[in-house]
Amino acid sequence: MMQTVAIPPFERFYEEHRVEVLRLLRRRLGVDRADDAFQETFLRALRAYGRLDHGEHLRAWVLTIAQNVALDVLRRARPTSELVEVAADDTRPAYAELAELTDGLGPKERAAVVLRYGYDLSYEQIASALGSSPDAARQATSTGVRRIRRRITS
Amino acid sequence: MTVSPDLDRRFRDAAATLGLIDVGYDIVDSPIGDLLVAASDRGLATISFDPDPGERLEQLARMAGPRVLRSPRSVDGARRELDEYFAGRRRAFDLTLDLRKLPAFTISVLDELAGVPYGETTTYGALAQRVGHPRAARAVGTVMNRNRIPIVLPCHRVVGSTGNLTGYAGGLDRKFKLLELEGAR
Repeated sequence: MMQTVAIPPFERFYEEHRVEVLRLLRRRLGVDRADDAFQETFLRALRAYGRLDHGEHLRAWVLTIAQNVALDVLRRARPTSELVEVAADDTRPAYAELAELTDGLGPKERAAVVLRYGYDLSYEQIASALGSSPDAARQATSTGVRRIRRRITS
Repeated sequence: MTVSPDLDRRFRDAAATLGLIDVGYDIVDSPIGDLLVAASDRGLATISFDPDPGERLEQLARMAGPRVLRSPRSVDGARRELDEYFAGRRRAFDLTLDLRKLPAFTISVLDELAGVPYGETTTYGALAQRVGHPRAARAVGTVMNRNRIPIVLPCHRVVGSTGNLTGYAGGLDRKFKLLELEGAR
């Protein structure tokens, strides 16, 4: 079992991640569109926050939400372009469904598997959320999946 | 790079307006120093003489849920009434209170306390008598000391049987100033 990390009061979570979220959104959307997306990101996080059952991976989690918000904005702006379809499930954290399966993986592998299969993110997006390279994200995901498979079939 | 005050404020206001916060708080300035004031959807939850959020945020989260956010809008009503009180224009507060997770005895004492009129004082013993536990003056003192919503629940109006101020969680100086403001000293 992984040790449970307490969920911090939202104020602390917000103060800790707001600059990084805004930076990511500006990179994806430009300064003008980033402000609305910033508000939307933290409102989505706030909606889901009361249903989190631990405080792990909160950085990856909020950056994932920001990525999804940015994709929504881009999709609205260019409806015909080819954008990655992302599961828009902000009612239940995806890792809640994957929690049991990924239990026992290391934190990085666990986050990578959840972001890949729970949120359907590309390796590039996962790398951005985890602060690593796409190659490292791909490797962490496949190692995680191999471990899960081995456990299930053994 | 920083988040501009305007953007920050817009998010906090939106969060409060959409009802997404378990507890909103803000710092309210007053003649007896800055106060940390917190309110939930049930009502006013806390007034603290220590404006540094510190551990207070964890306490509020344990009481009402983890969505604790600084949000001026959440405490607008309480701020207005406190301003009026300190300006001498308000003698009674018209605020609903969030008293969840308090024991029944505490709530009965606070109910009686709420009825002690502006500008008057009572004693710990008298309050104990009124809740039907005449020998519980000391327990009443403990309830006063832990009062989460001082000023609005006027524990400053409770004094020792000899009339001395006895004690106050916010310091005797504040207790004296509040009674002075109300013309009780």
